[in-house]
Amino acid sequence: MSAPNKSYDPVEVEALKPEEIERMRDEALAAFAAADSLDALQEAKTAHMGGASPLALANREIGALPPHAKADAGKRVGQARGAVNKALAARQAELEAERDQRVLVEEAVDVTLPHDRVPAGARHPLTTLSERIEDIFVAMGYEVAEGPQVEAEWFNFDALNIGPDHPARGEADTFFVEGPDGGADSGVVLRTHTSPVQIRSLLERELPVYVICPGRVYRTDELDATHTPVFHQVELLAVDEGLTMSDLKGTLDHMVQSLFGEGMKTRLRPNFFPFTEPSAEMDMLCYVCKGASVGNPDRPCRTCSSEGWIELGGCGMVNPRVLTACGVDPEKYSGFAFGFGIERMLMFRHNVEDMRDMVEGDVRFTRPFGMEI
Amino acid sequence: MRVPLSWLREYVDLPATETGRDVQAKLISAGLEVETVEQLGADLKGPLVVGQVLTIEELEGFKKPIRFCTVDVGQANGTGEPQEIVCGARNFAVGDKVVVVLPGATLPGGFSISARKTYGKTSHGMICSSDELGMGDDGTKGIIVLPPETEVGKDAIELLELVDEVLDIAVTANRGDCLSIRGVARETAIAYGLPLRDPALLDVPGPNAFGYPVQVADPLGCDRFTARTVTGVSPEARSPIWLQRRLQKVGMRPISLAVDITNYVMMELGQPLHAYDRSRVQGAIGVRRAEEGEKLVTLDGVERTLHSEDLVITDERGPIGLAGVMGGANTEIADHDDVETASTEIVIEAAHFDQVSIARTARRHKLSSEASRRFERGVDPAAAAAAAQRTVDLLVLLAGGTAEAGVTEVVTPSAPHTITAPADHPDKVAGVEYGRETVVRRLQQIGCDVYGQDELIVTVPSWRPDLLEPNDLAEEVIRLEGYENLPSTLPKPPSGRGLTARQRLHRRVGRALAGAGYVEAPNYPFVSEHVFDQLGLEADDPARRVVKLVNPLNDEEPALRTSLLPGLLAALRRNDGRGTHDLALFETGLVFQPRDGRAAAGHLPVDRRPTDEELAALDAVLPEQPRHVAVVLAGAREQAGWWGAGRPAGWADAVEAARLVAREAGAALTVRAGQYGPWHPGRCAALVITADGTERVIGHAGELHPRVLKALGLPARTCAMELDLDALEQVGDDTPQAPAISTFPVATQDVALVVDKPVPAAEVEAALREGAGELLEGIRLFDVYENEEQLGDGKKSLAYALRFRAGDRTLTVDEASAARDAAVALAGERTGAVLRG
Repeated sequence: MSAPNKSYDPVEVEALKPEEIERMRDEALAAFAAADSLDALQEAKTAHMGGASPLALANREIGALPPHAKADAGKRVGQARGAVNKALAARQAELEAERDQRVLVEEAVDVTLPHDRVPAGARHPLTTLSERIEDIFVAMGYEVAEGPQVEAEWFNFDALNIGPDHPARGEADTFFVEGPDGGADSGVVLRTHTSPVQIRSLLERELPVYVICPGRVYRTDELDATHTPVFHQVELLAVDEGLTMSDLKGTLDHMVQSLFGEGMKTRLRPNFFPFTEPSAEMDMLCYVCKGASVGNPDRPCRTCSSEGWIELGGCGMVNPRVLTACGVDPEKYSGFAFGFGIERMLMFRHNVEDMRDMVEGDVRFTRPFGMEI
Repeated sequence: MRVPLSWLREYVDLPATETGRDVQAKLISAGLEVETVEQLGADLKGPLVVGQVLTIEELEGFKKPIRFCTVDVGQANGTGEPQEIVCGARNFAVGDKVVVVLPGATLPGGFSISARKTYGKTSHGMICSSDELGMGDDGTKGIIVLPPETEVGKDAIELLELVDEVLDIAVTANRGDCLSIRGVARETAIAYGLPLRDPALLDVPGPNAFGYPVQVADPLGCDRFTARTVTGVSPEARSPIWLQRRLQKVGMRPISLAVDITNYVMMELGQPLHAYDRSRVQGAIGVRRAEEGEKLVTLDGVERTLHSEDLVITDERGPIGLAGVMGGANTEIADHDDVETASTEIVIEAAHFDQVSIARTARRHKLSSEASRRFERGVDPAAAAAAAQRTVDLLVLLAGGTAEAGVTEVVTPSAPHTITAPADHPDKVAGVEYGRETVVRRLQQIGCDVYGQDELIVTVPSWRPDLLEPNDLAEEVIRLEGYENLPSTLPKPPSGRGLTARQRLHRRVGRALAGAGYVEAPNYPFVSEHVFDQLGLEADDPARRVVKLVNPLNDEEPALRTSLLPGLLAALRRNDGRGTHDLALFETGLVFQPRDGRAAAGHLPVDRRPTDEELAALDAVLPEQPRHVAVVLAGAREQAGWWGAGRPAGWADAVEAARLVAREAGAALTVRAGQYGPWHPGRCAALVITADGTERVIGHAGELHPRVLKALGLPARTCAMELDLDALEQVGDDTPQAPAISTFPVATQDVALVVDKPVPAAEVEAALREGAGELLEGIRLFDVYENEEQLGDGKKSLAYALRFRAGDRTLTVDEASAARDAAVALAGERTGAVLRG
């Protein structure tokens, strides 16, 4: 760029004559209009708007005018440059739109093409359903407790008021673990329920204790459509001052409402478990028919076999003997506990018809469950 | 326990309209698990009548013997003429009374009867077997022959009580009393608020000195033994139809009158009984513990070697029964079919044995009987004398016997059990205000004597030995008031701390692997020890030390896994076999490693908290159970498609899975060339952490050894990774620190370094990092090149992009070049790397 002319020149500058400026403007406008591509427009822009263009040069001459002429010439040049700029922008937009239309059409693809380059992975629904249940209680303030799967009989039975001669001990379908010498009487088993984790929680934690214990358990059932020797339970234990069976009922109701929606409820039926007293079997309202299928042959319900209720598991008030074995004063503290099988819930909540599908690891079964359920 | 509604009605005056399903609902809400209500004879329709066989013509020329009979059915067929019937059974003779179904009737199963031509004759109906009538097994495997006194033409549906409802109740281990009609009737009476006619309320003569001699040497094991004798029992006497029918309905097979009567009384009152043939018992009956190694052949024909804790019934010769479990063969009541040897003098035993002793004996001899099931769960000791009396009465009534006057009763007196509990204890357990009056009323209903005001002194009835503590009483009150009436309240737990670091990591790893395309496949932990050979483990590999099961489901797989791979590889093979060939699976789960020098678990107390030392000793018995994570891959990792070629899964995917897991753990994981059992020796990475200044290999990743693939039948080039997730978590950092982000421009420098082929890229990169110093922001290997002509034999070229940046200024070209030169120099010094010209 050359420096602006600041020396005073009384002679009128040729380039600043009005007709000259109009000519420059018209030439620029014509050149822009004639440009038929963005490249051509760029060339025309350089020629008519660039630093060396007539209008730019004319602009520089304004400084050389006598003061009375400056304003007039400045106005004329300014107007001409404004008009040229505007025309340039308009032509630019026009050509870009043209290009976009053409190029983007050329670049169009079939967006329906699949892109399953790395097929999606998934977590097993037994894992995610267990976590879903854990989270309900974690939100209430419970903590998740875990324990060993190969467990001492004292934790799995004795401390739970299932003494060596209790009939329930014989009915537990237990896998026994060989002792170091290969002996059968090692006092160690594969845990038959997650209840030993309750004992460990009571022994290890400060009172009050509010825990949820998910995990794998083992019983000597052959694998078939409705049984598996390795399955999953979730158990809950609350031990505090003044806990009641109504609290147990409320906690169960809250759980089924969280999992199955508003209006859900549970039903307790008396039962017997050595580790709870009173004990109950818990059912939940059938979340599909809400009981409407009962006595209504026109509307049978597959989920609950038209019973209206679905059996969930066992529960009750922690037997004071269990508290004693854990060093908790049953005069001061009481507690409630419940437990149920995840497989069963997965079956009725997600319409799994065969238990074997859950244990065989077939990716076709697991994939649809994704990351969370 | 199967309970016929007709039998129940004998003791409770249920409304006539009440159905089995109604009773079921009531009992369920009272706490008895009535699983099903069987509708006997639901689709049965007469005429079904008693007939007498008049003539039998044997038809010849058929594959099996066929009889053409005429049967007198009285006026039941409308004509009074003999009914002509073709019959294939042979266990009847002319003059026998039989059950005849006439045309127009329907038998159970919807089997309609009409006159039909068969074997060249027309059969106007059928002579029936018990099976055809849905009565259950009567042991004859033929048609029913009724007692001769049965009236011809009589309706057999009523006679054989074919229409009934049977409740099937799963009795819980605490409610031995409900293993009897008496117990279920009591619950029914309470549930309906009706009085109970207790069948155990009988006039029983007091004990005297003339009864059969009994000596109880172990009063702890047997606190009550009643013996009664009935003589002159007719060998021909058979169980009447009503008795047989009741036994069939509760699921027992009629055998002989004496046995049927003892079974009947057991079902009625819950008291197991035993009948001895007096002529076969020698001398006094005794009760004692067995001598170690003593032998006894039980009624099932099995010779049993006795244990010194087994309680036995004896006579002069030795054991004649396993007390409370099963009688011996040597004093068995002889069958009535053989009149010569049939028993005519019967000694009845009604005893009460210790629950624990019976449970142990039954378990020891793997012999669970109707008797042992009841004793284990608790039998009403106060009902023994009544049960003996009831048995005597029935033998007199049905077998023409004579009750001897002698009554033996050996009783060790014990005080009834009492429980002291605050009157509001049930209220506190339930969270409901029942009030003292309700509590007392409910306890009295179940047979308790209740005294006291605020503090109740409760004497429990003899038939409820399960009621031991205040909570047991609370349960009775709450269940009778209705569990369904409990309100729903929520406790307020203290604020929790959320998941632990280990739990969060476990979830995170699962999500990350699933996000990377892996599908979770949890597997059983049962393995065969042979699999360690298949995996190519050395003979002294610690992974061969396993925890074994005493009673595995499958004898081939007695051990618990020490690695996740056997299960996961089996899942991969299963998927591959089912036609899914591009596979990426993962599993997180425990493995089981026995501890050195472990012992058997000690017996800890339950009446107090065990000491910390006791608990630690117990835990020391258990194996280590760390959580591992593993992945396996086969087929394509990336699919071929319109975008281009696919990419087979390879060793690098397996190693990257390990890095992914380590990133989630926030742990520094070093990948190094390694060699281990299942992996291809040239394509195996050892996964190393540094904990407390010591390096530790926590797993391996890479391609599996071709030999392993062959042994396990796996697809070619299957890859795998397994590492100890708990060990990784220990060195993880879940509070990463934010880096300082510089906004000055980056200076990039690429270098290509030539090194000997065996030099690991990781070492070159480490040297470059260290040499480049703190100006280095990032480094990335973007090419590996091997070309003998250009690089020379045994060389490879590694091309790195280095990014330099300073936090406080724009770097000059000279500064960046100096840092690069320092990096290259250190790489040269450490690894022999030479800058490629």
